[in-house]
Amino acid sequence: MRFMVIVPGDKNSEAGLLPPKELFAEMGRYNEELRKAGVLLEADGLQPTSKGAKVKFDGAKRTVIDGPFTEAKELIAGFWIFEVKSKQEAIEWVKRAPFDGGVEIEIRQIFELSDFPPEIQGAREEARR
Amino acid sequence: MRDVGLAEELAQDALVAALERWPETGIPDKPGAWLMATAKHRAIDLLRRSKRLERKHEQLGRELETQQEIAMSDLDGALDDDIGDDLLRLMFIACHPVLSTEARVALTLRLLGGLTTDEIARAFLVGEATVAQRIVRAKRTLSEARVPFEVPRGDELAARLSSVLEVIYLIFNEGYAATAGDDWMRPALCEDALRLGRILAELAPQEPEVHGLVALMEIQASRSGARTGPAGEPVLLFDQDRARWDRILIRRGLAALGRAEQLGGALGPYALQAAIAACHARARTPDETDWARIAALYDALAQIAPSPVVGLNRAVAVSMAFGPAAGLELVDALTSEPSLRAYHLLPTVRGDLLAKLGRLGEARAEFERAASLTRNARERELLLERAAACVRGAVPD
Repeated sequence: MRFMVIVPGDKNSEAGLLPPKELFAEMGRYNEELRKAGVLLEADGLQPTSKGAKVKFDGAKRTVIDGPFTEAKELIAGFWIFEVKSKQEAIEWVKRAPFDGGVEIEIRQIFELSDFPPEIQGAREEARR
Repeated sequence: MRDVGLAEELAQDALVAALERWPETGIPDKPGAWLMATAKHRAIDLLRRSKRLERKHEQLGRELETQQEIAMSDLDGALDDDIGDDLLRLMFIACHPVLSTEARVALTLRLLGGLTTDEIARAFLVGEATVAQRIVRAKRTLSEARVPFEVPRGDELAARLSSVLEVIYLIFNEGYAATAGDDWMRPALCEDALRLGRILAELAPQEPEVHGLVALMEIQASRSGARTGPAGEPVLLFDQDRARWDRILIRRGLAALGRAEQLGGALGPYALQAAIAACHARARTPDETDWARIAALYDALAQIAPSPVVGLNRAVAVSMAFGPAAGLELVDALTSEPSLRAYHLLPTVRGDLLAKLGRLGEARAEFERAASLTRNARERELLLERAAACVRGAVPD
């Protein structure tokens, strides 16, 4: 099963600052360990929200809101995708990541095709035709 | 460490020790990547519940705590230095040619995949006792043959490595082809094989065929969501909804293939099959398929790993790239092949090519022959429809 491990953004990531050298190296080692264990499917960091945008939906109206976004609490700075045997294993791996300072890392299971009931899968087939 | 039983014990003990220590001290700084790597979480869950753990607790007792701390830190050190090596040795020993294929598969899943004997039994539709016996016997065979616990070198390496790759691919295919066993075990076997392959690629990064096998498995696994319809019926490659192909796995597969190619030398059979699968993966629609390249890859594959089935696939690729007449020439050369005599796909392909060339009478006979050979009822129906279409003078697709 797959999990997305979400790293929240902060002032530094929003300022486009890379983490300090030692942390960067530590993160590299951590990623290496994940790879060696066959756990890591993907890992990516996100650029600051000043380089992004939002699209707001309201009826037929589409409003584009350029970054940066102010709600700093809900920002994402990066993510991993793990392929593991259980949520417990994902948790054990995340516990070993080099974070500090009260940061909260979110672990979310990814839906797989088989999680959807057949009628939804069928609807997708229909839409395709 | 000569003995596979001992190696297994060590793995188990390390696990138990870690489980006892982690709650108190948190996860150690360097817990040994392989502890996680061997997908032991199933085992952890089981161990947590099992009496074995309770017994271990009692055995160890509080007075042993200090000793255990020391032992554990020694173990940590040893593991972090040699983790990869130990894991690699374990893979090589579990796949030793002195063992039967069944024994290799069972031992690999048990020692490296962290599966229980019960899970292995269910995956392969055999009794749990049979699997347990297979494993016991395999261990005895290994110790009687005095198989050293080491990574083979030199000339031996190539042969031994191909045995490891074969076992991993067998496990993968057992999951992918669904020939037997409980349905729910299927995807798990694919994932176990993929994970073993990915770990092996990290341990032996200089071996192109390891990357080739990983690439092949990643790309094949990328299609698993599209291979069956809502009622569980198989969906063939060209009818699959390509939007359902797993892009992450495709990207990983292409990257692994790139690594195999970068290592240089002629591509081996796994890398070639991966390269063929990659041609399909890169095509967003069936029309975009690079058939000329697929035909060339089958040429190369037919030279290093010739088989009538590869020959037939090559003929199909050639017909797609260079027209039905070129393909038919190759198929005709295969009709005398004894091993294909009862293979329904030979007359199916031949009928298809004949129909495309407008030789409908001959095509009809081939479709009827194919229908008499297939064991799949739905396929038989389809083939008879195509035969009937030939009679009506319509070129069937």
